Amino acid sequence: MWASFGFEFVNFYLIPGLVLGCIYALGAIGITLTFGILRFANFAHGEVMMTGAYLTWTISTLAGLWLGWSLHPLIAAVPAIFAAIGILILIDRYFYKPFRNAPTIMVVMASFGMMLVVRSTVQFIWGPNQLTFVKGIDKPNEAVRQFTADLDLMILVPNKHFWIMAGTVIIMLCFTYLLERTRIGKAMRAVSDSPDLARVTGIDVEAVVRATWVVGGFCAVAAGVFLAMDIQFLETTMGFRMLLPMFAAAILGGIGRPFGAVFGGLIIGLAEELSAYPWIGDAPLISPGYKTGVAFTIMIIMLIVRPSGLFKGRTF
Amino acid sequence: MSDPQPILELRNLYAGYGETEILHDINMFVGSHEVVAIIGPNGAGKSTAIKAILGLLNIRGGEILLDSTPITNTPPEVAVTKGISYVPQTHNVFVNLTVQENLEMGAWTMRAGIEERIEKMYALFPDLRDKRRQAAGSLSGGQRQMVAMAKALMVDSKVLLLDEPTAGLSPKYRGEIFETIQKINATGVPIFIVEQNAKQALGIADRGYVLVDGSNRFTGTGAELLADREVARMFLGGRD
Repeated sequence: MWASFGFEFVNFYLIPGLVLGCIYALGAIGITLTFGILRFANFAHGEVMMTGAYLTWTISTLAGLWLGWSLHPLIAAVPAIFAAIGILILIDRYFYKPFRNAPTIMVVMASFGMMLVVRSTVQFIWGPNQLTFVKGIDKPNEAVRQFTADLDLMILVPNKHFWIMAGTVIIMLCFTYLLERTRIGKAMRAVSDSPDLARVTGIDVEAVVRATWVVGGFCAVAAGVFLAMDIQFLETTMGFRMLLPMFAAAILGGIGRPFGAVFGGLIIGLAEELSAYPWIGDAPLISPGYKTGVAFTIMIIMLIVRPSGLFKGRTF
Repeated sequence: MSDPQPILELRNLYAGYGETEILHDINMFVGSHEVVAIIGPNGAGKSTAIKAILGLLNIRGGEILLDSTPITNTPPEVAVTKGISYVPQTHNVFVNLTVQENLEMGAWTMRAGIEERIEKMYALFPDLRDKRRQAAGSLSGGQRQMVAMAKALMVDSKVLLLDEPTAGLSPKYRGEIFETIQKINATGVPIFIVEQNAKQALGIADRGYVLVDGSNRFTGTGAELLADREVARMFLGGRD
């Protein structure tokens, strides 16, 4: 059973699906928070992921050139996160703030423009060609292989996948603590619930907006770095390609529902990978080239059948 | 009865939404320790008067004084810090937050003593203590009103503004809300209340204002207005 079915299914479909799901989940958190608190669909969110990955690459490359250090991408990601959040706060202050009371569609269009501005800037600085993020083939984690081989279940988790999943779990725990236990996290949920009531309650909505960019930006850069670790190269459209599945994840979980977005992200990631498994016969059920179509289909079905998502989010 | 010291005063107020003027030359005040009711038919501008105090709409003329200091056109988030507590008619609790979290949010502008305040609110609204871990959205209409009032009272309130607190509630809950309002007032907080249920509101009010078409029509003590034949004929559904 394991040899004929499980080995291939778990190692080549389930684990990559979970990894992709983690990346979508982290990205979808920012999308759903921006939607809930700032009330617009942020098209530039994928570019935050991409820029974060480029900054991480730059920091680890410079550390190698100047100091002779070889930094793990997860370490180089820390200063990159601070830099990306700083940029986001500045963009909010000078670009989105004048739109605060504008109709939603204007802000959505503005974010589309910001997406082009960010991508063009990255292309201008780093060039339009692909960059190598991590060299070589990543070996499966030996401890996991040994441990599971003794149980007659050989599970091969590449180290990069191990880090991506562990990192996502840690970020989720911190995120849950922030939303459920801290003053600013509760205020974020309050503003997402009703901005008008938050205002007459005296909540500092601008502070909540800044917190939203910080949290959304943090998760987006983490998602971008995880994506770059997974595919091992960088390109300027890498964030944009994630945008549709991340929106699908946010809608699946219910707009404005951060935990719904995490759940939706995992479902979309798994669905995309598992759709290529040879469920019937020997050929993939759906050719891997149509993976993105799977997310799109789920999104369309969800919008028709249950637009409020699985966790009763907002509908427009 | 001699006029009490006004805490909140609307003087020759003209206000409205955008281009439309709804309130024309309104004069009202709430004295310390008073319950003051605004009654009147639908569309008379009752809620508008309260929203004007909070700076939620355009004020074209006149002024609003809190403790004799002008607060005309103060934005709502600042009005809260000055001691104006407001409970909107609908959407007045954060439905996805627990009762306790709603109270914590009510105390956003307070720096210290939040725990004691929450305890005070549970003493004033004992039903809420058992429900403190429940989402406010899961409570009944009457209990939500209690949460909304407790949340508004988490600051050092100089005056509590209530916009139709009994709208859509069953008679049993209506009675409870009016009792609670008297209890809150007994703790020393003046209350300005807009009500559809004119009879019950005037029954607990020290004074009342009747608004018709955005203007003052009648003014008097609660008892005087209840006894007034014209007021009774117009708003109280009386037949005598």
